[in-house]
Amino acid sequence: MSMLKVEDINVYYGSIHAVRGVTFEVNEGEIVTLIGANGAGKSTTLNTVSGLLQSKSGNIEFLGQNLHGIPAHKIVSLGLTQVPEGRRIFAEMTVEENLTLGAYTRPSSEVADSIEDVFERFPRLKERRRQLAGTLSGGEQQMLAMGRALMSKPKLLMLDEPSMGLAPILVSQIFDIIRELNKAGTTILLVEQNARMALSIAHRAYVLETGSVALSGTGAELMASDKVREAYLGG
Amino acid sequence: MTFLNHLINGISLGSVFAIIALGYTMVYGIAKMLNFAHGDVIMIGAYVSFCVTSYLNLPVIAAVVISMLVCTVLGIVIERLAYKPLRDASSLAVLITAIGVSYFLQNAALILWGSNPKIFSSVVAGLPTLSLADGRLVISSEAIITILACIIIMIALSLFTAKTKAGKAMRAVSEDKGAARLMGINVNFTISITFAIGSALAAVAGVLLCSAYPTLSPTTGAMPGIKAFTAAVFGGIGSIPGAMLGGILIGIIEIFAKAYISTKISDAIVFAVLIIVLLVKPEGLLGRKVREKV
Repeated sequence: MSMLKVEDINVYYGSIHAVRGVTFEVNEGEIVTLIGANGAGKSTTLNTVSGLLQSKSGNIEFLGQNLHGIPAHKIVSLGLTQVPEGRRIFAEMTVEENLTLGAYTRPSSEVADSIEDVFERFPRLKERRRQLAGTLSGGEQQMLAMGRALMSKPKLLMLDEPSMGLAPILVSQIFDIIRELNKAGTTILLVEQNARMALSIAHRAYVLETGSVALSGTGAELMASDKVREAYLGG
Repeated sequence: MTFLNHLINGISLGSVFAIIALGYTMVYGIAKMLNFAHGDVIMIGAYVSFCVTSYLNLPVIAAVVISMLVCTVLGIVIERLAYKPLRDASSLAVLITAIGVSYFLQNAALILWGSNPKIFSSVVAGLPTLSLADGRLVISSEAIITILACIIIMIALSLFTAKTKAGKAMRAVSEDKGAARLMGINVNFTISITFAIGSALAAVAGVLLCSAYPTLSPTTGAMPGIKAFTAAVFGGIGSIPGAMLGGILIGIIEIFAKAYISTKISDAIVFAVLIIVLLVKPEGLLGRKVREKV
């Protein structure tokens, strides 16, 4: 069943036409990835789905509901949560406060249990629960950003460049976690520059080039495609 | 003993500055703008309190409550009408608008209440003056109430920002608006709450200020507003403890300068100290260094 349907959206930054007629869909239970070079419009697409940006035309539907005109803070409570590029954790607040804010849309009686769930998945965060988030290492900050997003109990989790700036060992750890989350029932939409890693875990993938979808297929198909190998996997 | 007297007067005046400075610093922290109309909200608060006690003959506590309510609504309305449409405009446009709102409020007061100063009757009138050490140390009831109010507000505000859901949302918005929206936080609503709290505090400050210095005119809020803004910068703009510390220090410096140096140049001394502090510590006493995004 299609969970998220993005149809022919056009997004502008002032006069710059950043996303040109992008169409894709994410089915329930899938890991779908959008790959592409810097400036291809991947993050813009994600930010439009989450409501941070508005599309000029086109249609976005989540669980049958049209998202057009719904502000970002209301989209979260529909079950669609984004982990933003660059993690954007609240550096001046503690790990625990960051997680609590992640559950902002949920009743406060459920927060404590959810924090325990996140600590179970990310034991490092439990050790550092009272520490200011800004003092965490890059990998820990990424875990916090993901944990914070999970606090909203998303049906669809959107991750924007979770591997950015992380050492290779941490990157594979983060991708293992993404796969585990997916197995546990969360649908994933992943934006990545690290195409190899992204394709290796994705059920389906879309390649974005200068604001449009250039190619799509299953992860394995794209991994085998000459065009993708040349442009994104280093030959 | 005169030294102690001056110190207490300084802390009392500084407490008023601190309460006003909180409004400046909270709004700056959340909306990243300098609300130069904040001083004039103080004046409106004082006039409302004046009207309630003089014309309606209601008790002072009612005057304080009504004045806080009116200023809360006024703060929200100012933000919605004047600042919200400029959310994505340059900070210079917002600054000029704030100055415009300031003049608007002053002239509205001029039309409503005339240019003749009103004599404000102290809200703590009737309470006894505290006299210690055989009458050598005299503390007015205004000073006691002002300092107490300042302490209570400080504690309440610290608890609010640290413990409550709305307070945490406020800190999140102050750090990163976009990330806050992704948490499900309504940023516009949070900004409204901030203006509401700041303006309610301005009403309290207005009542306390006019109780200690009882002449009330449409420009009453201007100078304390500027000094409280100075206090907020002095303590580190955006920082709540900084606003409190900055306010109290500015109050003490002003009273000491008046008492020991010269009444005429006391304001100049206050601003000179500000300049020196900013030269040594540009982020203010308790402010954090702004990380430039590269």
